[in-house]
Amino acid sequence: MTDDVARKIIAIIAEQAMLEPHEVTLDASPEQLGVDSLGLVEIVFAIEEAFDISIPYNANDPAASEFDISSVDKIVEAVRRLITEQA
Amino acid sequence: MRRVAVTGLGVVSALGVGREAHVAGLREGRCGVGQLSIANVDRLSVTIGAPASGFVGEERFGKSELALLDRTTQLALTAAAEAVAQSGLEVDEALAPRAGVAIGTALTGMETVDANYRAVYEEKKNRVHPFVVPRLMTNAGASQISMAHGLTGPAWTVSTACSSSNHAIGQAFHLIRSGGADVMLAGGAEAPLVFGVIKAWEGLRVMSKDGCRPFCETRNGMVQGEGAAVLVLEEWDRAARRGAPILAELAGFSMTADAGDIVTPSAEGAARAIRGALLDARLAPEDVGYINAHGTATAANDRTECAAIRSAFGAAAETVSVSSTKSMHGHCLGGAGAVEMAAVVLALSEGVIAPTVGLVRQDPACDLDVTPITARERRVDAALSNSFAFGGLNAVLAARRA
Repeated sequence: MTDDVARKIIAIIAEQAMLEPHEVTLDASPEQLGVDSLGLVEIVFAIEEAFDISIPYNANDPAASEFDISSVDKIVEAVRRLITEQA
Repeated sequence: MRRVAVTGLGVVSALGVGREAHVAGLREGRCGVGQLSIANVDRLSVTIGAPASGFVGEERFGKSELALLDRTTQLALTAAAEAVAQSGLEVDEALAPRAGVAIGTALTGMETVDANYRAVYEEKKNRVHPFVVPRLMTNAGASQISMAHGLTGPAWTVSTACSSSNHAIGQAFHLIRSGGADVMLAGGAEAPLVFGVIKAWEGLRVMSKDGCRPFCETRNGMVQGEGAAVLVLEEWDRAARRGAPILAELAGFSMTADAGDIVTPSAEGAARAIRGALLDARLAPEDVGYINAHGTATAANDRTECAAIRSAFGAAAETVSVSSTKSMHGHCLGGAGAVEMAAVVLALSEGVIAPTVGLVRQDPACDLDVTPITARERRVDAALSNSFAFGGLNAVLAARRA
């Protein structure tokens, strides 16, 4: 699970949450890590830039987005899928 | 205390050029949202907007004038001229220093900014037109209107994001009421439908890709619109004496700051502004028949706004008519409150509540009478217009039937 993709994503989330990467656990939700809605938008942007992908995320109703942001591992999984799809 | 009459109204929007075309659109529940055809639209993920596509600057201004006028200013000047014509206002030597202009604009001359950045950064040009600065400056609209109509009294621009127009109209109203001016042209304008602006808004991820559906469960964000509106505000006795058409009485204004979050709105801050406007107008909630909502079609705005209305109105929230006309003319940002005053005047003067179009299924968290799909008739003695800006700046206007 902790391959390069996961490590990069964890680093991005850690920076936004002002945590050390080892404090970002895979089962944690952004909320549990202290990331608010603006922070999430910044994380999505940083991930898009890091992997050169486009993420379908609407801050208006995050739960209804196709992009699952409910936990760190769900984000990693979704990004992996987008990388394959958009390769 | 001096009273303030609205004696003229000019509008340019996606619903049409001119007050009559715009109001006809409001009555019909026409939607002005469509696909954009702007430079680099292929690089945008949001490709819809509500452009004032009937407005062609070249048909209204000469070449030497256009060199000085961003599209924002062209819209503002056109709305101001229509408002002055309707009011029959004649600015003579005695009136000029007692007459002024207040215009709200959230951005600046973005068509000019976008085109000239493109020229220097993308096309690598090392020279731009000599009038780029007077074209793009945020006060260009207020200044050009003062020049066009010979208004030599107070003139300024207000920039408070999506509340800009309501702040401009409200301040102008208070100025006349307190004796600082006798006549004010007040309103707002915005022409944001250019690549750079939409790209920036895309980043916030609050824009819809398929339409503006305020208070609807299926809503997925805002849609930007282009537009301007200007009101002629006039000290009541003066207006009555000269037999001016009195469309409505502007009766109250309140502004508050959430002092909370830079983008997330607060129901408490909004409710305080609503209560403040009622108090300033000496109105009780049950006197108010219509609220033109801010209604941006973001979940954050719509739910917070409905909670604020409930909090300020109490039991009267059950019976007041509410609508968001942004569903038809889009979100005109700094021009929004001014464009939306057309719906307030329509309700007060003709007893027609403009609808919230596009509603598929009402969000249970927005359980007010939001006037879905079609306009309805209702005698309205008093109305409010809400504007709540990014940055937590709230501005609410109250008006009465003349």
